[in-house]
Amino acid sequence: MVPFAGWEMPVQYTGVIDEHLAVRSACGLFDVSHMGEIEVSGDSAIDFVQFVMTNDIERIKDGQCQYSPLCREDGGVVDDTIVYRFNIDRYLFVVNASNTAKVLDWFRQVQKKEAFPDLFIEDLSGIYSQIALQGPKSAEVIKSLLDLDPKEIKTFYFHMGLLNGEIEALVSRTGYTGEDGFEIYLDPADAPAVWQALMEAGKPFGIAPIGLGARDTLRLEMGYPLYGHELSDEITPIEAGLGKYVKFTKDFIGREVLERQSASGTEKSLVGLKMIDAGIPREGYEIQASGNSVGTVVSGTSSPSLKAGIGTGFVTAPHKAVGTELDVLIRGRAAKAQVVPLPFYRK
Amino acid sequence: MEFPKDLKYTKEHEWVKVEGNIATVGITDYAQDSLGDVVYVELPQEGASVTKHEPFGVVESVKAVSDLYSPLSGSVTEVNDAIVDSPEAINEDPYGDAWMIKVEISSDSDLGDLLTADEYQKFIEEEK
Repeated sequence: MVPFAGWEMPVQYTGVIDEHLAVRSACGLFDVSHMGEIEVSGDSAIDFVQFVMTNDIERIKDGQCQYSPLCREDGGVVDDTIVYRFNIDRYLFVVNASNTAKVLDWFRQVQKKEAFPDLFIEDLSGIYSQIALQGPKSAEVIKSLLDLDPKEIKTFYFHMGLLNGEIEALVSRTGYTGEDGFEIYLDPADAPAVWQALMEAGKPFGIAPIGLGARDTLRLEMGYPLYGHELSDEITPIEAGLGKYVKFTKDFIGREVLERQSASGTEKSLVGLKMIDAGIPREGYEIQASGNSVGTVVSGTSSPSLKAGIGTGFVTAPHKAVGTELDVLIRGRAAKAQVVPLPFYRK
Repeated sequence: MEFPKDLKYTKEHEWVKVEGNIATVGITDYAQDSLGDVVYVELPQEGASVTKHEPFGVVESVKAVSDLYSPLSGSVTEVNDAIVDSPEAINEDPYGDAWMIKVEISSDSDLGDLLTADEYQKFIEEEK
């Protein structure tokens, strides 16, 4: 167990590699109750939501969710989030635990500065636990507990229903692993019983409890950003390769900077690096081309699926093209790597 | 967790087996368990000299990088290249197949402060 943002978090149960492969081949259960939940509601909620997020909430219907960065005026990212759209006047932002207070503060600043009449911003982190069920067997596992055929919940849709006929839960077909799966939001008092019921239902399918270690290797194989690594107050979504979640068809905070970057390019860009030489890229390692520094690694690991060192890093524009060979400086030794497209892992 | 009685140990979680003037070095069961899945190992070349308390190599788990500290000074006579190709052996058999290096002990190397199995076990219990 390790402390994280005020929570005691399991890094691993049986071992990162076994847990990782269980999610890729069968399914795994994650206790991600540390995630923050912020509800925004009221008559001007949709205007507020559109103004703080770079993605376009009008492109989804009630009962759907959407991924989006939240930016400041300079394009730097306050946090990245999944927004759940209940109806035109009510939204739930699921944010990173370590950023919940920061996002709340940011939302209140925006509310104060701009005129949003009849707007309510509420931190609901304390009333939600979150359990993630991820892996190709997830639908078969949740089927016996859910009051709806899981087929009815399409990707990035959610359902307000009952588990085991009595436990109220929000169940979305979302995740952070690249596999099919569900994220379940429920009363913390009900979480242990649901955890146990899912472990029981998953037994014939080879379900395993999954710690933070494998959560990180699973997301990195998919090239999904993790705040504090691929995203930060100093990194814009355009630099991080998240342009498809930035919609210039509407107004939002940071638009001017992002539109300029989108049109004329950025000095540095996020790339995926796969090691050619032996070695594992790690956060903070220098990236070189012909002995000159051209960037820095922000995430790195040994990929359990690919059995190779993989990492993400920001490099200067001339070195970002897929196929480019670069060096990662590992303990003073230049180890060869290649720029590859994301995700690293494809089925 | 096992700590064979015929081995000596260090506070940096290496084990040493001394036979004549040759010492075989590896990491302990406690070390491999704390690291988790070992996925990469870097060892010195044959003929390299190692210095007591100084790093002689590196092990990496999925999550982290850790230095390997030499329990004694001397020159490396043999390197277990098999574990470079199969680092998982370090998790599976830390005292057997996954020995790391053999060192010819230099005459002035002090082995007096190495721990016995009992002392090491006591040390890690206090460290927890």
